[in-house]
Amino acid sequence: MKKIIAATTAALLLGLTAPAFAGDITVENAWARASAKMARAGAAFLTIKNGGEADKLIGAKADVSKKTELHTHIKDGDVMKMRQVESIAVPANGMAMLQPGGDHVMFMGLTKQLNEGDMFPLTLVFEKAGEVKTHVKVGAAGAMGAMEGHMKH
Amino acid sequence: MNKEEKKGDGPGTLTKAAVALTALAVVVMIGWSQFRHAGTDSHNILDNRSPVKIEIGGPFTLTDHTGKKVSDSDYRGRSMLIFFGYTYCPDVCPTELSTIAEAMDLLGPAKASQIQPLFISVDPNRDTPEVLAEYVTQFHPSIVGLTGTDAEIAEVAKSFRTYYARAKGSEGDDDYTVDHSATTFLMGPNGQFETTFSYGTPPETMAKALEKFIDQNS
Repeated sequence: MKKIIAATTAALLLGLTAPAFAGDITVENAWARASAKMARAGAAFLTIKNGGEADKLIGAKADVSKKTELHTHIKDGDVMKMRQVESIAVPANGMAMLQPGGDHVMFMGLTKQLNEGDMFPLTLVFEKAGEVKTHVKVGAAGAMGAMEGHMKH
Repeated sequence: MNKEEKKGDGPGTLTKAAVALTALAVVVMIGWSQFRHAGTDSHNILDNRSPVKIEIGGPFTLTDHTGKKVSDSDYRGRSMLIFFGYTYCPDVCPTELSTIAEAMDLLGPAKASQIQPLFISVDPNRDTPEVLAEYVTQFHPSIVGLTGTDAEIAEVAKSFRTYYARAKGSEGDDDYTVDHSATTFLMGPNGQFETTFSYGTPPETMAKALEKFIDQNS
């Protein structure tokens, strides 16, 4: 636990974009798309790197919405179905990519607008590693990745 | 003469033969089309359309994001690029709309002016013109959001063979999500169906296909 607190504190001290980690789990490049004023849903995408044994992402917490859930997309013919999932597997010595069109952290019932350039805290809960705090950077409404803002010209 | 015998001769046989011949012709045409394009790169999306005339699309009257009643005929002379979605959609719709937006930018102003991107809501309950206005303009100034009554939306979705339904398990919830087809349709300047772009088509590929289509039609 001490290690987690130290790590989180270090991450916070190093700046908000620094990777957040707990034990063998590192969370990087968390981003979301800007939401419209009246939008009620949003999603966060991120990369989880795991230097240890297999783990599972089992939950997420944020204060931007009524509910924060783990979701995935199922492609059924040309129909895209978004569904809540219990967990997202993080393989041993591997990584899990939460990216557009696939797994994501879903914010249901946004309580605040996500504006481009904003940062907000997100806590990911892992079955073994416990809680890992990170910050989500809000990109443009049509952003396709965390670095979008830097690549636009 | 009983039914069995009747089936075996006369017009019945002719009809059967005609059906078989048509089916064979279709198979040959599809085969030829695939053969002709075997080895060509993925940019030739327009060439991959089925040789069989598919009835997709049709007249519609909906409300645009400024609150104005519009119909398909208002967009004649320009090619409609139609995507069905909903503003509550946090991932698939922003992805496809940003692909369309990028493709429009890649086309450049002159060619882009010949394309009218339309985002038709499959969630008219929540997607009022005001909500749509704020949503679509975030992606590209050219995108027009369309909504309507449940019946109007059901009709236009049906004519485009677009499936949509509230996701199972979230029906009773205000925060429901909607399953929907994620195909983008290109309709020519006369409103006729031209081709589709499947979800995940890169913007460059879409732009090249649109450019080719515009060049062929001008």
